[in-house]
Amino acid sequence: MHDVLANFINLDAITIIYLFGVGFVGGLVSGFIGSGGAFVLTPGMMSLGVPGLVAVASNMCHKFPKALVGALKRAKYGQVDVKLGIVLGISAEAGVLYGAHIQEKIKASFGDAGSNLYVSVAFVVILATVGGFVLRDAWKTYKDGNSNAVEKTGKLAKWVQSINIPGTMVYFKSINARVSVLFTIPLGFATGMLAATIAVGGFIGVPAMIYVLGAPSLMASATELVIAFVMGVGGSLKYALHGLVDIRLAMIILAGSLFGIQLGAIGTTYVKPFMIKVVMGVIMVIVLFSRGLMVPVYLAQLGLIEKLNDGTVSLLKTTSFGIMIFALLLGAFIVLRAMWQGRQAERLQQASGALEHGEV
Amino acid sequence: MAQSTTRKKPVGKLIVMGIVSIALYSTLLLKQDLVNSTFARGGMYALLPIITAFVFSYFHGSFTGHFWTMLGIEAAKKKKEVK
Repeated sequence: MHDVLANFINLDAITIIYLFGVGFVGGLVSGFIGSGGAFVLTPGMMSLGVPGLVAVASNMCHKFPKALVGALKRAKYGQVDVKLGIVLGISAEAGVLYGAHIQEKIKASFGDAGSNLYVSVAFVVILATVGGFVLRDAWKTYKDGNSNAVEKTGKLAKWVQSINIPGTMVYFKSINARVSVLFTIPLGFATGMLAATIAVGGFIGVPAMIYVLGAPSLMASATELVIAFVMGVGGSLKYALHGLVDIRLAMIILAGSLFGIQLGAIGTTYVKPFMIKVVMGVIMVIVLFSRGLMVPVYLAQLGLIEKLNDGTVSLLKTTSFGIMIFALLLGAFIVLRAMWQGRQAERLQQASGALEHGEV
Repeated sequence: MAQSTTRKKPVGKLIVMGIVSIALYSTLLLKQDLVNSTFARGGMYALLPIITAFVFSYFHGSFTGHFWTMLGIEAAKKKKEVK
């Protein structure tokens, strides 16, 4: 019992305000793109002296209630495909368990540095490929002046929708087509594996729903909240069984993130759908640099490159964490700005509508 | 006559949910030693953090929703359904 309680830090007012603030910004981004924030929260808690596993567990325990509130809010706007969320969520749960198992194996074989290197490399490779693709697509939409157009289903998604495997076909309202679960299972699994590795499964889940299954961006990001909820409940229970959840940390972060997630969800009703891709792509690409900076540190710890001096390590760590916070703040700024512009445009439209009506 | 477009602000609900949220958070922080020692026992006690998360999200989630409504920040009226 004493060992377990030793995992729990003392809370002072500054810590509470810090967690509340990071929770708010993370919640705002999650409400908008369906995930995010977690990649800052876990290292953020660890910087306060919370052990890694307790930070991961407490983060997960704040994530599922937050995702639930966000999903309910966005369901009111008709953006959630519950069936798709549950189908992907269940396979994601399996992915989480497998991902955690791989992590344990790597840690047992190569220690903390090996485990950290694996996480950082996963961050860099996945964020570079998927994030780069998402951002390129958003940029193309913007450049071609198609940002107001209804999103088109891509070639890959059309092909996936055209494949008929009897006995495995399920109709999903977000896609407005029948898709084989043989496609959704690996996507959910990959989402879960990524969630277990870098804490943000949505970086695979949302692009997969958009580009592989053909769901509109708004529905994909809203449905991701259902997946996060399903994954989060199972994951939290697993950690709680070992007494690793610090419920105080989880609930304080939740206090801030519930303010944020409501605002982020409201924001989606004001923006053009391609803004989801912009925010997601920008965050992914910036975070990639943040983690990339840490790769030499772990390589040196494993003896694969020459040892770095303490000053360099400390500088790389601080810069990496700073870039991560910057990514989250920039994401939040884009969300708030897009929301503000959307509200202004709506007001102008209402005013001109009223004027026209008056003239008639 | 009141305009039909003006929605009623949920003042009562905001206050009730706010009070319950404050009560929940005060209890959690004032009794943190007891909470920590009980919730970290594992086994069947693992359900306690999960139940707590649901209870907090219900009351605090409603409070935050009403909070933004009170400030006049609501969803756009034009788009109710996504195509």
